[in-house]
Amino acid sequence: MPARIGVVTFPGSQDDTDALRAARLVDAEPVALWHRDPSLHGVDAVVLPGGFSYGDYLRCGAIARFSPVMESVIAAAREGLPVLGICNGFQVLCESHLLPGALIRNAGTLFINRDVRLRVESTATSWTSDYEVGQEILIPIKNGEGKFTADEKTLDELEASGRVIARYLENPNGSARDIAGIANAAGNVVGLMPHPEHAIEELTGPYPGPATDGLPFFTSVLKQLVNA
Amino acid sequence: MSEPTNAAYQVDTVERAAKTPETEQPYAALGVKDDEYARILEILGRRPTSSELAMYSVMWSEHCSYKSSRVHLKQFGEKVPAVDFLLVGPGENAGVVDVGGDLAVTFKIESHNHPSYVEPYQGAATGVGGIVRDILTMGARPIAVLDPLRFGPAEAADTHRVLPGVVRGIGGYGNSLGLPNIGGEVVFDACYSGNPLVNALSVGVLKKSEIKLARADGPGNRVVLFGARTGGDGIGGASVLASATFDEDKPSKRPSVQVGDPFMEKVLIECCLEIYAEDLVTGIQDLGAAGLSCATTELAAAGTGGMDVQLDLAPLRDATLVPEEILMSESQERMMAVVTPEKLPRFFELCEKWDVIATVIGTVTDTGRLRMTWHGETIVDVDPRTLAHQGPVYERPYHRPDWQDTLQADVPDPARLERPESGEQLRETVLRMLASPNLADKTWVLEQYDHRVRGNTVLAHGEDSGMLRLSEDSGLGVALSTDGNGRYTKLDPYAGAQLALAEAYRNVAATGATPLAVTNCLNFGSPEDPEVMWQFAEACRGLADACLVLGTPVTGGNVSFYNQTGSEAIHPTPIVGVLGVIDDVARRTRSAFPAEGEILLLVGETLDEFGGSEWAHVVHGHLGGRPPKVDLERERQLAEILIAGSRDGMLSAAHDLSDGGLIQAIAESCLRGGHGARVVLPSELDPFVALFSESAGRAVVAVPRSEEKRFSDMCRFRDVPVARIGVVDGDALDVQDQFSIPLAELREAWTGTFPKLFG
Repeated sequence: MPARIGVVTFPGSQDDTDALRAARLVDAEPVALWHRDPSLHGVDAVVLPGGFSYGDYLRCGAIARFSPVMESVIAAAREGLPVLGICNGFQVLCESHLLPGALIRNAGTLFINRDVRLRVESTATSWTSDYEVGQEILIPIKNGEGKFTADEKTLDELEASGRVIARYLENPNGSARDIAGIANAAGNVVGLMPHPEHAIEELTGPYPGPATDGLPFFTSVLKQLVNA
Repeated sequence: MSEPTNAAYQVDTVERAAKTPETEQPYAALGVKDDEYARILEILGRRPTSSELAMYSVMWSEHCSYKSSRVHLKQFGEKVPAVDFLLVGPGENAGVVDVGGDLAVTFKIESHNHPSYVEPYQGAATGVGGIVRDILTMGARPIAVLDPLRFGPAEAADTHRVLPGVVRGIGGYGNSLGLPNIGGEVVFDACYSGNPLVNALSVGVLKKSEIKLARADGPGNRVVLFGARTGGDGIGGASVLASATFDEDKPSKRPSVQVGDPFMEKVLIECCLEIYAEDLVTGIQDLGAAGLSCATTELAAAGTGGMDVQLDLAPLRDATLVPEEILMSESQERMMAVVTPEKLPRFFELCEKWDVIATVIGTVTDTGRLRMTWHGETIVDVDPRTLAHQGPVYERPYHRPDWQDTLQADVPDPARLERPESGEQLRETVLRMLASPNLADKTWVLEQYDHRVRGNTVLAHGEDSGMLRLSEDSGLGVALSTDGNGRYTKLDPYAGAQLALAEAYRNVAATGATPLAVTNCLNFGSPEDPEVMWQFAEACRGLADACLVLGTPVTGGNVSFYNQTGSEAIHPTPIVGVLGVIDDVARRTRSAFPAEGEILLLVGETLDEFGGSEWAHVVHGHLGGRPPKVDLERERQLAEILIAGSRDGMLSAAHDLSDGGLIQAIAESCLRGGHGARVVLPSELDPFVALFSESAGRAVVAVPRSEEKRFSDMCRFRDVPVARIGVVDGDALDVQDQFSIPLAELREAWTGTFPKLFG
């Protein structure tokens, strides 16, 4: 039986279709989860997709965090369920206190859609084990509020414990210490501002490529699930 | 039920109207002409109630009734090429085209020019929202948007107010809807100062069997208003904003611009698609210009013919709104559905699932009358067809401007406009042109748009057309390009409109797709000016004639008049959108030169054509002469070559030649691919003409050496000139015997302009 990867749709989610496609392309079974339904339907991993959940009203991710499905996701994540929050999903994870810090308005204030180069900093997570430490990858960003921020102590702790999972090679938005993604202490919860689900096919990925540098996020979790 | 809190308001009922024929009504202030008011009296046999007057004023406005343009637009329905793929033609919310299998595609372009000048962010945002709802109304999932834009001079202060707001508005709304933005244009010209053009095209996909129409059929069926609550925004938008010229002396029109909520629209889209999937509606209409007035009358007029509406049931954002305001409000993100009573419970369940407010406000009848009540009193009782279909039709006078001959005689020949001659002069001109705002890299704008969402974007900005995958199984896809050149159209409206079509058609073919159908947004000055009206008539005639030759029917579109500041009209600017289809998107052709060693071929014929050219504009600020020659047969042959080249795997890259000519196209393809080129200009051509002429019907292609003969033979077989002009090589753009420019220098010129201007 293939591993089941659930993708949550909040009202205002945009990249849920893409995350479901990514699950399908790595031969997992994609499972659509609904914000009002607290059941996780027995999925083996969860992706919180990009978009503008609940219109991003109040603060990005602030309302989504209180949805019925998130109660279950938060509880399961604490038990070790692999959870990947992409863009708006990362914001939801921070609002849910599954990850520290916050994402605020980009330094240049504008929405940026750009292919950015990242350096993978940690492979000791559920979602990055198929990369090599130090590997440089090309993944698109597309956000208006993607500047990662946290107090110095938190940043120091993240660095010291190897929980920074990827950094921008050319910081596009003023993120603290060039941080593009982080993990929780257990390594099962990862938040990432860039969109790996938009770099999974030669046909639609970044051009000129490499076009499919995002795939290992999804193959990583799959391997862990198979091995588990 | 909430009582209106507007205590001073006295409802004007049908009964009262019949008893008080002498009441003076402010019809002129609503834009209704004397003869139009007389006609309303005749139709009703009494004076209209104030609610009825509000409805006639918006439904008979230029924006909704096409009263000045209708006699010319007729041609698009008459000169129709014999095609078998047109499922829905002009007149519905958007045209629908069969793209093979069980799939159909619907697409349409609209303008939101005036609101975007008044309030750039909201004007542009709601322009996207409006056209997307048109697509949704056809029963389709919207899958992309494109935004052709025109602004005043790039360095002008007002452009720096308007452009950033428009771009943020398009991004802010479109990105939040989860719709990739895959094309469009950004063009500057002094003629658009004080009157920018903000056009928006949307495209959607649906099953052929599931096309929805805006009809209220079946007496007893319920009329449901759903989506956002009705507020005071955009009141009078249709008749005031879209149909009057800007006059600085008048009070601020800011409150007339609608305010958008993309989150509401996103939810509404998903809700509608689930409703469609369960076949829960018999008819559907979006609320756009003229809001509830338009939706109720169009649904009723196209259906069984009657409708009873309890207007006081409409959910309001502002409880003080009176019926006239509710009828005219252009609050965004609202839809109206006709639902059978037995499907109503499921309809409401789905609305509840998406937290969408839905309210039954009326019932379909067979009375032939649209009746509305306000707390029990009848305030509207009309034949809906008199509002929707029997508006005034004007045969506006038109004549060719006296200055047209003078303009065309002012040809840009070397005696008048000095041309660069030496290699050094040509080099400088190339760099100057590349850095000019119309030709410079638009990344600063495009990075604010999400072109990836939904994961089916195969080509987007920077390519000749945007391309979307429709089926992951078969690879079936569509391509879209929008083009238009106001300078060409000013010099010759007939030819200019044809050149707009030719360019969009060529762009679609250059990516490997077969052009199928057309949508147009006709942006012109005041129809009350006979010279403007002549431009409009000529452009329509030119476009209709060309569509017939190219076999691409017009499926729908939009007319935007009164684009002028004071008496100065914009250049006539028909924007043409062409939709193409491609069997397998994996066969697409990109514009970037992908690898060194590829052979560069110039396809088509280059003449000394600089009338309306970018070079004359940038270097001499000159506009005169005639636009490039139109040869539609050649365009068709060229398209066949580009499509066959893509299908048979001969092409590594293709780029259409248009603004800025050959060297602009080569420079763009070099920079996108990151490779230089060694170019040898055809010996029979003057180097300046070869580099900068804007002759139509041309493309530059890159082919592997192994394909050069096969491709060239294919061109010769079709009698299309083809010349080897170089090879992809090195890290400079080198034109033999003339100049060499390192790619880095080329890139700096091309990419530096927008950040310098707007960053």
